[in-house]
Amino acid sequence: MGNVSSGQFKTGMKVMVDGDPCNMVEVEFVKPGKGQAFTRVRLRNLLTGRIWERTFKSNESAETADVMDRDMEYLYSDGEMWHFMEPQSFEQYAADENAVAEGAKWLKEGDKVMITLWNDNPIAVTPPNFVELEVVETDPGLKGDTANGGSKPAKMSTGAVVKVPLFINEGEVLRIDTRSGEYVSRA
Amino acid sequence: MNNHWQPTAEILTLRERAKVLAQVRAFFAERGVMEVDTQCMSHAAVSDPFIDSLEVSYHPYPGAETQSLFLQSSPEYAMKRLLAADSGPIYQLGKAFRNGEVGRLHNPEFTILEWYRPRLSSAELMDEVQALVTAVLGEQHWERLSYRELFLRYVSLDPHAVSIEHLKTLLEPHFDMPFTDDRKDTWLELVMSHLIEPKLIEPVLVYDFPASQAALAEVKSDEHGTLVATRFELYAGGMELANGYQELRDPQEQADRLQADDQFRGQSGLPQRPLETRLVAALEAGFPNCSGVALGFDRLLMIKLGLSSIKEVIPFAFERA
Repeated sequence: MGNVSSGQFKTGMKVMVDGDPCNMVEVEFVKPGKGQAFTRVRLRNLLTGRIWERTFKSNESAETADVMDRDMEYLYSDGEMWHFMEPQSFEQYAADENAVAEGAKWLKEGDKVMITLWNDNPIAVTPPNFVELEVVETDPGLKGDTANGGSKPAKMSTGAVVKVPLFINEGEVLRIDTRSGEYVSRA
Repeated sequence: MNNHWQPTAEILTLRERAKVLAQVRAFFAERGVMEVDTQCMSHAAVSDPFIDSLEVSYHPYPGAETQSLFLQSSPEYAMKRLLAADSGPIYQLGKAFRNGEVGRLHNPEFTILEWYRPRLSSAELMDEVQALVTAVLGEQHWERLSYRELFLRYVSLDPHAVSIEHLKTLLEPHFDMPFTDDRKDTWLELVMSHLIEPKLIEPVLVYDFPASQAALAEVKSDEHGTLVATRFELYAGGMELANGYQELRDPQEQADRLQADDQFRGQSGLPQRPLETRLVAALEAGFPNCSGVALGFDRLLMIKLGLSSIKEVIPFAFERA
């Protein structure tokens, strides 16, 4: 991979910093009228999730990281690894617990997810923003209570526990926002 | 699908821009300050080591050997030559160019408002800066602090006495800066741009800069006996908005500073370009006691309209120019 000079940094660029692939969350060119130019970057370590700020001098550069996001289909988990398939090439990828992390509880077989590859290895799994999952366990629904507040926990087919309105019953399929973990509607 | 033909500023914003351009001209007309429009392209380039000029190729006819000319990073040199020729008070509202400066607050081609006031001290010129900015932005809470007072208030240290090591320890908890630089001004500038400037929302006029940051300002002793530059800056909206001087008049000192900048460029591997020696000649001919200031017009508009990026106030910013 090539090098990119700090003057060319842009939000969303992936670079190697201290040996780890990082995403540039925010890039700000800083230059007093008469002073030296710097580039102030908010970085996210793609392996650890750590977010921090690093300031680069104008003559500094960074090695671009071979990181790409690919749409894949979730196949199954064998308990240790999660398996995904690239639908065009049928190529399969296995992601470990670190890569799947919190996303694991939203993964339903056959769903489309985004896999972040670094040097062709999955380092992050992003579930779709909305998933439709079946309720496998919750207290019986309360008839008539359709509008007024109140919620109860419901266990979904993937193991995730979501707060749902009181009128929801087991066996129903619900639309969930995976970013907030909140119930949206009946599917 | 491709919308790259479109302006980066909304037409409504450009209407406001037109109004403020007219307002600025009216402000100076009323005060008897003459508008001038000096050259954008010159045989000489700015000496400041950290301002890179855009170089253009001139030729007498196509195919002939080209000559390098430079787009002006500010009209300062030309305006000072006019002052030496007895122009009296003058202002310029036009384009200036700085190579490589692109970002939320920077566009390589931008609109600068620069003016010079013979017989006014830099303190009196600060009054006029405040009057102009108030005319555009309306009444606000203004403050005036020396560079020392500013640092004492925001980072609890005296910038004239502090060491580079100490400045680094202020920055390190917040920012990784794994580089070295033995220029103390670099670290002062980093503290200013990273820790102080973002907090300066209401207008603050900062004066008495370290003598090492004098550029073309006179140097004097302050009440603590520290050598300071009679230079001031206006900060507002969390950014640097204007830079002014009690102008240097001594031709020898001017010549020395041009040489020192050029030498620093040589040592630092920065491009060395033709120096504006005609400015030295102009000072020799006689230059009035005078203060001058340059203000970033686009940034002033950003504050007025509450916009966060310079491209939103420029018809076609760099990426679409």
